[in-house]
Amino acid sequence: MSTTDQTQTTAEKAKAPRMSRYTSEKKAGKSNQGLHTKKSIILTIVMGALLIYSLLPLFWLFVNSTKTQAELLNSFGLWFSGDFALWDNIVATLTYNDGVFVRWFGNTVLYVVVGAGGATFLAALGGYGLAKFNFPGKKAVFAVVLGAVAIPGTALAVPTFLMFSQMGLTNTPWAVILPSLISPFGLYLIWTYAMDAVPTEVLEAARMDGSGEFRTFFTISLKLLAPGLVTVLLFTLVATWNNYFLPLIMLSEPTWYPLTVGLKQWNMQAQTVGGDVIYNLVITGSLLTIVPIVVAFLFLQRYWQSGLAAGSVKA
Amino acid sequence: MTTLSTLPPSGQTRSSQAQPRPRKPHVQKRDWTGWKFVGPFMIVFALVLIAPVLYSIYLSFFKDQLVGGNSFVGFENYGQALTDPKFWESMGRVTLFFVVQVPIMLGIALFAALAIDSARLHLSSFFRIAIFLPYAVPAVVATLMWGFMYGTKFGLVGNLNEFFSIAIPNPLGNTWVLAAIGNIVTWEFIGYNMILFYAALRVIPTDLYEAASLDGAGAFRIIRSIKMPALRPAIVIGGIFSVIGSFQLFNEPSILQSLAPNTISTYFSPNMYAYNLSFSGQQYNYSATIAIIVGLITAVIAYIVQNSGSRKEA
Amino acid sequence: MKAPHSNTRLRRTALAVATGLALSVSLAACSAADGGGAETGTADDIAAALQEETTLTVWAWAPAVEDIATAFEKKYPKITVDVVNAGTGNDQYIKLQNAIKAKSGAPDVAQIEYYALPQFALSDALVDLSDFGMDSLEDQYTASTWGSVNLDGGVYALPQDSGPMAMFYNKAVFDQYGLTVPTTWDEYIATAEQLHAANPNAYITNDTGDAGFATSMIWQAGGQPFTTTDSTDVALNLQDEGSKKFADTWNQLIENDLIAPTASWSDEWYRGLGDGTIATLNIGAWMPGNLESGVPEAAGNWRVAPLPVYEAGDTASAENGGGGDAVLAQSKNKLAAAGFVEFMNSGEGTQISIDAGGFPSTVADLESDEFLGYESEYFGGQKINEVLVQSASDVVEGWSYLPFQVYSNSIFSDTVGQSYANKSDLNGGLTDWQKAIAAYGNEQGFTVTE
Repeated sequence: MSTTDQTQTTAEKAKAPRMSRYTSEKKAGKSNQGLHTKKSIILTIVMGALLIYSLLPLFWLFVNSTKTQAELLNSFGLWFSGDFALWDNIVATLTYNDGVFVRWFGNTVLYVVVGAGGATFLAALGGYGLAKFNFPGKKAVFAVVLGAVAIPGTALAVPTFLMFSQMGLTNTPWAVILPSLISPFGLYLIWTYAMDAVPTEVLEAARMDGSGEFRTFFTISLKLLAPGLVTVLLFTLVATWNNYFLPLIMLSEPTWYPLTVGLKQWNMQAQTVGGDVIYNLVITGSLLTIVPIVVAFLFLQRYWQSGLAAGSVKA
Repeated sequence: MTTLSTLPPSGQTRSSQAQPRPRKPHVQKRDWTGWKFVGPFMIVFALVLIAPVLYSIYLSFFKDQLVGGNSFVGFENYGQALTDPKFWESMGRVTLFFVVQVPIMLGIALFAALAIDSARLHLSSFFRIAIFLPYAVPAVVATLMWGFMYGTKFGLVGNLNEFFSIAIPNPLGNTWVLAAIGNIVTWEFIGYNMILFYAALRVIPTDLYEAASLDGAGAFRIIRSIKMPALRPAIVIGGIFSVIGSFQLFNEPSILQSLAPNTISTYFSPNMYAYNLSFSGQQYNYSATIAIIVGLITAVIAYIVQNSGSRKEA
Repeated sequence: MKAPHSNTRLRRTALAVATGLALSVSLAACSAADGGGAETGTADDIAAALQEETTLTVWAWAPAVEDIATAFEKKYPKITVDVVNAGTGNDQYIKLQNAIKAKSGAPDVAQIEYYALPQFALSDALVDLSDFGMDSLEDQYTASTWGSVNLDGGVYALPQDSGPMAMFYNKAVFDQYGLTVPTTWDEYIATAEQLHAANPNAYITNDTGDAGFATSMIWQAGGQPFTTTDSTDVALNLQDEGSKKFADTWNQLIENDLIAPTASWSDEWYRGLGDGTIATLNIGAWMPGNLESGVPEAAGNWRVAPLPVYEAGDTASAENGGGGDAVLAQSKNKLAAAGFVEFMNSGEGTQISIDAGGFPSTVADLESDEFLGYESEYFGGQKINEVLVQSASDVVEGWSYLPFQVYSNSIFSDTVGQSYANKSDLNGGLTDWQKAIAAYGNEQGFTVTE
């Protein structure tokens, strides 16, 4: 954005591996401000309102996943009612249609592991390449990546579908995985992160020692990039876990559905001749869909916050 | 709103910024080593994004009719789109959406980030995580959930009306539907933007605060002169993401459509229009044209947002 | 997919000659040489194809199809039937359309509702089943369902279920407020006023504007707004007598706020059906199963009565929903696929479908004592099929859908739906709809006359 930015110039001054500094600065900053400040009740209350807003729908989801189909339609939405049917609902969700939910869960995990993992890897290679090497066409790479992402993805669905269909990829996991391998945001994040996290001096030293570029990348650079990688991984993880539109178009066999598409299909099932009305399973299934990703975020929050810090400041 | 698959267009300045650095001679040669690293990304990128875009451009010059088959029509589709009232109505709607919803969302996120960073908050790390949680909820699930709650008869809105004997207007009626969708999007992305801003605040060097407090600056003064300048790049990123997200609005209205068919038309957002043209109307060519125009407009607006963000600093 | 036509004729002639001269042995050889992908065939060809190792892919969302497939595999052990739920209704049509556009990926057999059938049939995406001798099955089906699959001289699907309309009403509500069951639409409007006056939360029915319902109502009123000749000439008139009759009647309900603005199939809708705030439904005969599974708490409350009519003493009815099963032109196993479609909709499959709650389209089943005599526990022991079967025979003849009905229905809420939302004259909405349909038709190269 600008070279005159104050943080930027300050950051430029601070040499050496940046990563450890982020965390230490963070702590220092906090305690430093903390010295002069009292806790504010009013601020806490205002933020409490925001908190309620954020959590209320999740609370609603939880409450309603404890209800039977009949209670679901005939009780106050924000409190428990009737038998506590959460376990029954979970069991029913997991066993409905010969356990197709479990299958969808497995598919989602597959798409996430290969898709998000692959996206992170490609972004790491590419971002590192952009940060640490000058090569012909570098600016073009940037312009092309930027230009292409502004086109609405949904509108590209048909051409993509027709192309994939010609290649025989539709209705296979590849149709979902291939597009999720691209994370322009991840590429950008690693790019900015790698500029400082991987000091050029270290690379020079490795070259002096006769290490190949890829060997240097895998043995040295990758470790230095770790916090940035975790951040990208988490964001691509959310993106693939929440992916809905693409699999909806590409897949016709429910055996390859991810959770989101499967849940929508269950929701639609109420409209079928002779179909079951299973809103309770839709709701419980939604809850089960959210849990793993929430857990992932909670456990890894320390990493992604510091990684994100690099990206946001650098812009 | 998909925020993740988008790229903030700020690296051009970034790469020029890199140039003043002292460079070793071998870097200055026409060295193709970088391509070995960027290549894999670009190959997949070419396959899943560039090729469909090119294909779309190709399609936009043809017209394939159910009766009469395929024919080359030049720029006819573009002419049609530029005078299509449905298209412009949908563009107007998402413009309104982004003008109103984006500032509100970013404002709340900014407030939350500053509050959590201020050290004046009880249980701040709990707040941080809890407010961030909705981001982890898939848009499909979030919309289904809010859709259930919006019900005026038996949903949460109905419950509240009954409980307090009030009359909250139908969130999915003509007047409020855009706000109802804005609410879902805001709910989903406040936490994401908050973390983005918060992360930027955390790396402000402590010596700046020390200097400020020595000068006797109060909390608001610190916010204005230290924190806001430091936040500007993050705000620009958040803004650009949100612009692109607004113009690509699709999941939320299309899932709510089954609940409010008369208020959410098939051309509610440009993206829905393009989708319905191709998938229910089989007008693949015209749909591709719309997609390209939307893409161009989005890119231009994102560019303007980025520029205005940097100009203020200069 | 048009290319094979001249071939078809040649081959049909060849087959006729062959049938005349040779034995089934040579026929079996012929179909074997085709790998079962023949464009035409006789019952014998089909029988032979069913004895060969084949995997059929079937796209269907009706739950009974799974059971039918199992029975089929048992009868023909060499055939594997892969039943795929590719989405309900429109979701599946989108995928089907994509596969047709991509020229690969379509199933061998697909479930397609009657209203969507012309769109796929007239674009040559489906096999004309009369090439497989199935035009002879006409007598097995009710006139209205056969009319829905018999398009432009071809048979593009075999009817699976049907939806002759009836009025489902919540007797508990009617008893509570002392309402009598209406037999004409005028009485229906009066009942709506009575009910809503007695309980402002209760409505006679819900409707937020539904193309399927509106077209069925126009159908019942004797309207013929869509006429297609030679597949490409479309005549539109959504202001013909029948259309106006519907609009004028329904206007009285909409303008006076007598209809619950609840979208059908939403969770609110199910709640309303359960708690009595939605007192009647005018809908296809396939509804009982959905009531039983979706509204279990109202067991015993609901009854079925004939659909109210426009003129007292009339017996007019219409079809609402229902569909058939078609063989896709992309299929490489057309003979076996045709065999499955026949098994499903004319053979053993029909009973399985009925057992799963489907409402049949086959005359023999509709008239069987077992079917007519069935006393539904959910409906308080009422012999509901007597009412529903009567409706099937009262369906007004001569109705047809557009060759692009799926798209037209998708823009119904953009146009007619606005009349619902603004509580304004439906005739205006219908006129807008017609304009939008005409514009699309012209855009797609049809010759549209209004």
